[in-house]
Amino acid sequence: MTEEELKQIKPTVTVDARGTYCPGPLMELIKEVRQQPVGSVIELISGDAGSAKDVPEWLNKVKQEFLGVIPGEGFWKIYAKKVKDM
Amino acid sequence: MSKRVVIVGGGVGGTIIANLLAKKMRPELKKGELVIDVVSDKPEHFYQPGLLYMLFGLKHHDELVRNEKDLLDPMVELHLHPAVKIDKDKNEVHLKNGVVMKYDILVLATGSRPAPEMIPGLKEGGNWFYEVDACLKLRHELVNFKGGKIVLTVGLPHKCPVAPFEVSYMLDDWFKQRGIRDKVDYTYTYPIGRLHGLEPLANFGAKTFPKHGINTETLFNMKEVDPNKKTVTSLEGVTLKYDILIAVPPHKGAQVIEDSGLGQNGFVPTDKFTLKMEGSTNIYVVGDTTNLPISKAGSTAHFESDVIVENIASELRDGLTPFRYDGKVFCFIETGMTKATYIMFDYNTPPNPVTPSALIHWFKLTYNKVYWLTPMGIL
Ligand SMILES: Cc1cc2nc3c(=O)[nH]c(=O)nc-3n(C[C@H](O)[C@H](O)[C@H](O)COP(=O)(O)OP(=O)(O)OC[C@H]3O[C@@H](n4cnc5c(N)ncnc54)[C@H](O)[C@@H]3O)c2cc1C
Repeated sequence: MTEEELKQIKPTVTVDARGTYCPGPLMELIKEVRQQPVGSVIELISGDAGSAKDVPEWLNKVKQEFLGVIPGEGFWKIYAKKVKDM
Repeated sequence: MSKRVVIVGGGVGGTIIANLLAKKMRPELKKGELVIDVVSDKPEHFYQPGLLYMLFGLKHHDELVRNEKDLLDPMVELHLHPAVKIDKDKNEVHLKNGVVMKYDILVLATGSRPAPEMIPGLKEGGNWFYEVDACLKLRHELVNFKGGKIVLTVGLPHKCPVAPFEVSYMLDDWFKQRGIRDKVDYTYTYPIGRLHGLEPLANFGAKTFPKHGINTETLFNMKEVDPNKKTVTSLEGVTLKYDILIAVPPHKGAQVIEDSGLGQNGFVPTDKFTLKMEGSTNIYVVGDTTNLPISKAGSTAHFESDVIVENIASELRDGLTPFRYDGKVFCFIETGMTKATYIMFDYNTPPNPVTPSALIHWFKLTYNKVYWLTPMGIL
């Protein structure tokens, strides 16, 4: 998705993981993807540069959809969609 | 008319808040202008971190419990009936015995619990040490174990994020002491691509696990357990065989939170600074009950409690709630049977584990004995 399209998204749930060192952004995302119903869009706000790489890698591994990233100042907004039960 | 503060849950956070508030608001309590109630579903207060030691026979159940009544300030009223419904629109807490309590300020302190039922087969095929009976069962399995494969798995979310690390180091030492370490094939798995959510701890693990002969499998999120074949399979498509599966099951919050529509899976959406329930002006949330993406630990509940007490007192006295939680967490980390390290961090300061030492280990053992001063509001 383009940045413009991502900005239009109304996420089902937003997790602001900035400034939280433990459990950390990817763990929060995994938890949400598991607990939200199929069709949900999860917005993860992370202050960790690694998340923009880790999150798509994991989504790809478990065959859930990565929608894209919007970079901000010192943070990244990452979008994922739950497309199947897990 | 007197004001009423109702605290649901008599664990770490609930008990600290009740006691600190009773101390701070003594004049109002004595004049009958304030009533503080604690609602608890059980008469005992259990020190959960002791389970890690109970697993190795180093603590007995009796050492880890006190009567909640004995820990509470005599001016706090204790109600030993579970809360079955919370009506935030009517400011009411409904107890199982039919009593309805009206509140001016409510504190949700109902904690979290392992929910192995969330993973198919885990209840039947797995073991865990996060609850008393399960811990004793695992202890028996470990004592009778003659060798084979042990797999440790970690579900999300869970309390005490350092416990999977600690138990791995401790098991390594314990099997060495029993003379069977060479017969134990131990694999530590973790949900993300490194060994711990805390990066410095992940690096510490990467450096030390090989010395302890601990095998690792990262990006491993339990999908299902087959108790007959004795295998655990991950969402990522990896299947591991085990003789003993030690799991930190995914957790849920209290049923009453879910039943009252206050939060998915029993975790309440909470403001990370004010610790008020999102959208509410008179409900605070403490400890494991929040949905905050921070460590679910007794120390978190403790530091949050200090802020909540200051705000409740300030609100009752002059209508202001200026205090903010800075995200502080402190955790001891056992790195074997004789050494430990610790970490401390907040929203702005990352953790940095210090070199493990016997001194920190003894500090932790001492804290295990004096813990009771924490819920009493003394330490
Ligand atoms: C093995 C293990 C090791 C740990 N080690 C550490 C450690 O080293 N350091 C650390 O900081 N933390 C540690 N923890 C975590 C710590 O114990 C918890 O994070 C802490 O207890 C959370 O406090 P709380 O007040 O939120 O919840 P709790 O202390 O769990 O209290 C919640 C209370 O609410 C009650 N309740 C639930 N539902 C209802 C209801 N409907 N009505 C009335 N009452 C209700 C429960 O019975 C319970 O008494 C460990 C936990 C475990 C399991």
